[in-house]
Amino acid sequence: MTTARIRRGAPVSERVLDAAIVVVMIVVAIATVYPFLNVLALSLNDSTDSVRGGITIFPREFTLKNYNVIFSFGGLLTGFKISVLRTIVGTILGLISSSMLAFVLARPDFQARRALSVYLAVTMYVSAGLIPTYLLIKDLHLMGTFAVYVLPGLVSAFNVFVIRSFIDGIPYALQESAKIDGANDFTIYWRVILPMTTPALATIALFVAVGQWNSWFDTYLYNATSPSLTTLQYELMKVLQSTTTGNNGDYHNATSMTQVLATVSPESVKMAITIVVTVPILLVYPFLQRYFVKGMTLGAVKG
Amino acid sequence: MKAVSEAAVPADVRPAAKRGSRFWTIALRNRYLYLMSLPFVVWVFIFSYYPLWGWLMAFQRFKPGKSILEQQWVGFDQFKTLFRDDTFYLVMRNTLAMSLMSLVAGFATAIVFALLLNELRRMAFKRIVQTISYLPHFVSWTVAASIVTRMLSSDHGVVNDLLMGLGITHEPIQFMANGHLFWGIVTVSDVWKETGWNAIIYLAAISGIGPELYEAAKVDGASRIRQIWHITLPGIRSTIVVLLILSIGHLISIGFEKQFLLGNNLVVDYSQVLDLYSLQYGLQMNRYSFGVAVNMFNSVVSLALLFLANGIFKRTTKESIM
Repeated sequence: MTTARIRRGAPVSERVLDAAIVVVMIVVAIATVYPFLNVLALSLNDSTDSVRGGITIFPREFTLKNYNVIFSFGGLLTGFKISVLRTIVGTILGLISSSMLAFVLARPDFQARRALSVYLAVTMYVSAGLIPTYLLIKDLHLMGTFAVYVLPGLVSAFNVFVIRSFIDGIPYALQESAKIDGANDFTIYWRVILPMTTPALATIALFVAVGQWNSWFDTYLYNATSPSLTTLQYELMKVLQSTTTGNNGDYHNATSMTQVLATVSPESVKMAITIVVTVPILLVYPFLQRYFVKGMTLGAVKG
Repeated sequence: MKAVSEAAVPADVRPAAKRGSRFWTIALRNRYLYLMSLPFVVWVFIFSYYPLWGWLMAFQRFKPGKSILEQQWVGFDQFKTLFRDDTFYLVMRNTLAMSLMSLVAGFATAIVFALLLNELRRMAFKRIVQTISYLPHFVSWTVAASIVTRMLSSDHGVVNDLLMGLGITHEPIQFMANGHLFWGIVTVSDVWKETGWNAIIYLAAISGIGPELYEAAKVDGASRIRQIWHITLPGIRSTIVVLLILSIGHLISIGFEKQFLLGNNLVVDYSQVLDLYSLQYGLQMNRYSFGVAVNMFNSVVSLALLFLANGIFKRTTKESIM
């Protein structure tokens, strides 16, 4: 359609329109990217020099000091480790559990298939809410544990249904022939279906991994008093809260942090942490945009 | 082998008994499937179904340490407290204001962005712009809040530099400290973060419109603007309506992340929203019952709004989600 419209002798008004659209799009693209580049430049610039202003997308006095400072602060190093760990563990466990359930739900000969589908689908629309969940976590003694990052969100009904619709597209005859060869259902799942589901699994893996990496509220709510279980997002949130004017009802203050930060300005540190938190997302971004869009349309059509 | 023995069973068993034994035969054959799903059935029950009991707390004066059935029942007292609280009305105003602003701005920008992207003729350029546009969607709100506060900073933030450079203002505007600007800041941040992402679904809908419609319009001499107005927009109308109904259902449950991360004590009169209110005045003050009452009010209103929007759209545009 678009190529069909390209005409050499297009009227002037059409060409003006084209040019206007291109200009608008360039402005949008710059408005999207510039803030990231500006923050990157500030994070690599000497903190006393930054105060003078005028930094755009290149650092004026290049230094890695801001990064040295944040990584010499134990809290951030721990936060980094825990964030990486929860992303890996949460993604692996999430993938295994979602795909296993999806496999079971995709089996036409499974008796409880419909009941189980409904049982699971209900959780997409009904949620107990913040406080009952909080009390549950407390009663299960999950406060101050690593498990609280992984367990409550282990199975997402949406992800299960996305994988199931993918498995539905794999010919059932494959499973039947494996069965004739003497494989049990678990073997069929593990050896036959799982390897064939990789495109869907890649999508879900990215969904889960980005969610894990980006979450801060569970740390704030459940693990705020366990410094050994802090996450990078939560550390960034604390710096944000302590540098903006006033405090937003935070549980506890960030004084220890502020003392360490005395050597460089809090603003520079904030910029450096922001970059550290963003870079992993940028690294997987090429995959993200390839699989996410696919996953989103998959969910929209079948979910 | 199992299949053979099963085929042999129905021949010599009476119908009633046959049904019973058939169920167990299949169950036995499904045993691995049952075993594979059982842990998750239990898991879903614990984390999704069991906490639903907590809704009863809204009608109690919940004290930690006792089971939910041993609590003191107080009827609608928590709701009465809620509706008598002046803060609640302030919170509702903020919630609805930010929600409506985000709804209108979010829909308008995403649709316009999708339409413009669709008009781009160079595929490579289109792909680059689109790829850039949904980058912010993947960063957390903590990162977005950090970036937004930096850009709007009165201390050499880009926006203030720009405004001063253009001579629009002579001294930096204290964006983050001015309550009147808070709703706008949240809306703009939301648009910055989500427009590209929200446009994807419209682009998918646009690509489903048949090219013959455009060909016919061109033969009739329709300009591109008219083609957009008469073909593209009607073509994505049902997508727009469905998304609109769903958004209206979420009108008061807008979450609290943005408000929590971008707000501060100076703008609290404008940044306090319903979910934040339940968190700070319920959970963090150990008034669990009150917090649940707030959440419950939230759920009931959301559901009512969803049905209302669905009904209105069903009558006026013949489109609905139910």
